[in-house]
Amino acid sequence: MHMQRTGVRFGERLFVGLCLLGVSLPLGLLLVLLGALVKAGMARLEGNFLLAYPSRHANLAGILPALVGSLWLISLTALLTLPVGVGAAIYLEEYQRRGRLARWVEINIANLAGVPSVVYGLLGLAVFVRQLGLGRSVLAGAATLALLVLPLVILSAREALRTVPQSLREACHALGATRWQAIGRVVLPMALPGILTGSILALSRAIGETAPLIVVGALTIVTFLPDGIHSPYTALPMQIFAWVSRPQQEFLANAAAGIVVLLTCMLLVNGIAIWLRQRLQVRAG
Amino acid sequence: MALAEAGEQADTPTFSVRQLCAWFGDQRVLHGINLGIPRHEATAVIGPSGCGKSTFIRCLNRMHELVPAARVEGQVCLEGVDVYERGIDPVLLRRRVGMVFQKPNPFPSMSVRDNVLAGLRLTGSMPTGRGAREEQIVERALSQAALWDEVKDRLDDPGLGLSGGQQQRLCIARALAVSPDVLLMDEPCSALDPIASAKIEDLIHSLKQSYTIVVVTHSMQQAARVSDRTAFFLAGSLIEFDTTDRIFTSPKDSRTEDYITGKFG
Amino acid sequence: MRVDDAAPWFERMVELFLCGCALIAVGTTGGIALVLALETLAFFREVSPSQLLMDSQWTPLFAEKHFGLWPLLAGTCLTSAIALLVALPLGLLAAIYLSEFASPLVRRLLKPALELLAGIPAIVYGYFALVFVTPALQRVIPELAGFNSLGAGIVLGIMLIPMISSLSEDALFAVPNGLREGAYALGAGRLPTIFRVVLPSAMSGIAASVILAASRAVGETMIVSIAAGQQPRLTLDPRVPVETMTAYIVQVSLGDTPAGTLEYRSVFVVGAALFLITFALNALSCRFKRRFGGLA
Repeated sequence: MHMQRTGVRFGERLFVGLCLLGVSLPLGLLLVLLGALVKAGMARLEGNFLLAYPSRHANLAGILPALVGSLWLISLTALLTLPVGVGAAIYLEEYQRRGRLARWVEINIANLAGVPSVVYGLLGLAVFVRQLGLGRSVLAGAATLALLVLPLVILSAREALRTVPQSLREACHALGATRWQAIGRVVLPMALPGILTGSILALSRAIGETAPLIVVGALTIVTFLPDGIHSPYTALPMQIFAWVSRPQQEFLANAAAGIVVLLTCMLLVNGIAIWLRQRLQVRAG
Repeated sequence: MALAEAGEQADTPTFSVRQLCAWFGDQRVLHGINLGIPRHEATAVIGPSGCGKSTFIRCLNRMHELVPAARVEGQVCLEGVDVYERGIDPVLLRRRVGMVFQKPNPFPSMSVRDNVLAGLRLTGSMPTGRGAREEQIVERALSQAALWDEVKDRLDDPGLGLSGGQQQRLCIARALAVSPDVLLMDEPCSALDPIASAKIEDLIHSLKQSYTIVVVTHSMQQAARVSDRTAFFLAGSLIEFDTTDRIFTSPKDSRTEDYITGKFG
Repeated sequence: MRVDDAAPWFERMVELFLCGCALIAVGTTGGIALVLALETLAFFREVSPSQLLMDSQWTPLFAEKHFGLWPLLAGTCLTSAIALLVALPLGLLAAIYLSEFASPLVRRLLKPALELLAGIPAIVYGYFALVFVTPALQRVIPELAGFNSLGAGIVLGIMLIPMISSLSEDALFAVPNGLREGAYALGAGRLPTIFRVVLPSAMSGIAASVILAASRAVGETMIVSIAAGQQPRLTLDPRVPVETMTAYIVQVSLGDTPAGTLEYRSVFVVGAALFLITFALNALSCRFKRRFGGLA
């Protein structure tokens, strides 16, 4: 039986080529689409766009209320979700590592991560908008988004807490510190960079969420800026959605410009998260 | 070290190894091995851990080069043909030189029968006229591996359902089903209990009638029981290669003697 | 840290507060279930549950009301099926490439790049579907309507590729190298080893990733709201406008529907169906994942 190579392994090369197609096709497509998007929106991206209010005339319409609305929304969401998320993570990691309650909560969180965002909107509608009477306010929207992002915040905070070596906790206890003293003064400060980074990344996802906001009554046409937590509001994705839904072609350019603003904001926030992680890690280590 | 002569007999050895060197990246793990593996005999490769014995046999079927940054130099001639020559397909080589590993690795997604036939199916060398032919092949391979009686009623059960020793014999049957000329065994009994090991050792005795066997083992007792010739490796070099009898009763090199008498390793 | 700083009641309070935070997570699930169940039950007091299954039209907003869920289900299934048809082969090919062929450098570059696909908000994908993909498809398929499930499905599929590729790659990576070696030692080439040994062994992990992607496709809202249409239609034709369950919820929410009406409650009924479907798919995916974890 001979062992000579009978031919170039053609089938294998073909397959690798096919695989590379599988990888490069979506990436290439995305690049092309993003390029076309920026091109479509560039015309509208003048300073006026960022500072003007929406209008029936496409070339006069601006994105200011949406930008400010998103700012209000994300700030409130952060205020609501971070303490609860980090608190829950601390409880699960430091107090109840192996308890049955912890297991229950873990299953729940895993489940919640897979619930469609529009269902969170329904929850927000029934509980925050109607039951608690918050109406179509920024607070209701923020509360809904806070619940949406909560599983992510808990997950990343737990990861960050786990990076703190167990020996540190044991050293604290050996010195006679209580659990909370150990956590508050040693564990938490050490885990803070990771917690912050993870939370900011979770919040950056919330910036782009549209469906729950539609359901809890964020407005699509707004000619004022929010003046309090009970005020009606709109947000960047809502404004984009409103423009995309208009039959007139000119509004599509606005939508494109709005998307560019949205993606820029998300990039900025992600960038801040990564920068923050670098800064804090350098200082800690 | 011209000890290759000790291994050659009247008929040409199955494997002629000349100046074989092997590297993992920058680290050289085999230094100029010269050796002739006789046909239809069991040759044992012994030595302390890290001496390069596994690397050596992996060079015989060109499995060593599958590791990234691995390199081989030298000649390994299988019945006169240098397997490292340009133009030789390692895949075709491995159909002539089979291998059994330390940890039994039956394919989990396949039944006992499918495991035995896997070699033929994967290489596209299933003989035509299926059905009865398949059953014959399965029975022949499992009988040669001394496993037929134990699994003949369980051919459709998953391969992983067998005990450790049975899984290893299944792997041997799988290797035999492609009718190789040589069977390489890399510490085949390390993961098995003494009874299962004993069965494999008996198997080696019966198999060497039809196949050339090379067994890497860390157990000197096993080498003494099973093999006709033994090669002693130390730190990547071949120290001594002789009939098993002579190696274990009157080794020529003091290092061999030290290892055999348990002074190290 | 002085020992007498530690007032026991303070510790207890802290622990209770933290426990409360954790319970909010549980409360959310309970809240969702409760809200959906209550409104659905109120709905069923006026409309019999069998109508959901028996009727073939969905027209709760018209004067003549029909409450057959099938058109919405069809819309959801159609877009999700098209999405999976796109995401599965491409995601799997990417996973095989990354796991079996790519060098560590290439893997380090490509993995984050694929993750980028997942990081783009759905509304951007919806814009792509409406403004670029559908017109491009219309050049090939002239009868393609402006709103259709094909364009939306394709774009949804692209968004799901990283999910399948990343989870499948984990599954392939977890296949012990000893199996590959066993196949190579038999004289098998790379492709037969991948297709007949590695892939079958990783199958439950890959299945888990596909089911998870399906769940995500079913729950996706913005792409289909923007690009698939708002006409509930019992059809399997990808060229016509349809309405998915999620798009219906958006459609009603955009209007002014007073609370307590049938139309308002219909949104929760659809939401309940959506929740049940995604819950079942997630649970199924988990079971497959556990089986893959216990391999060998």
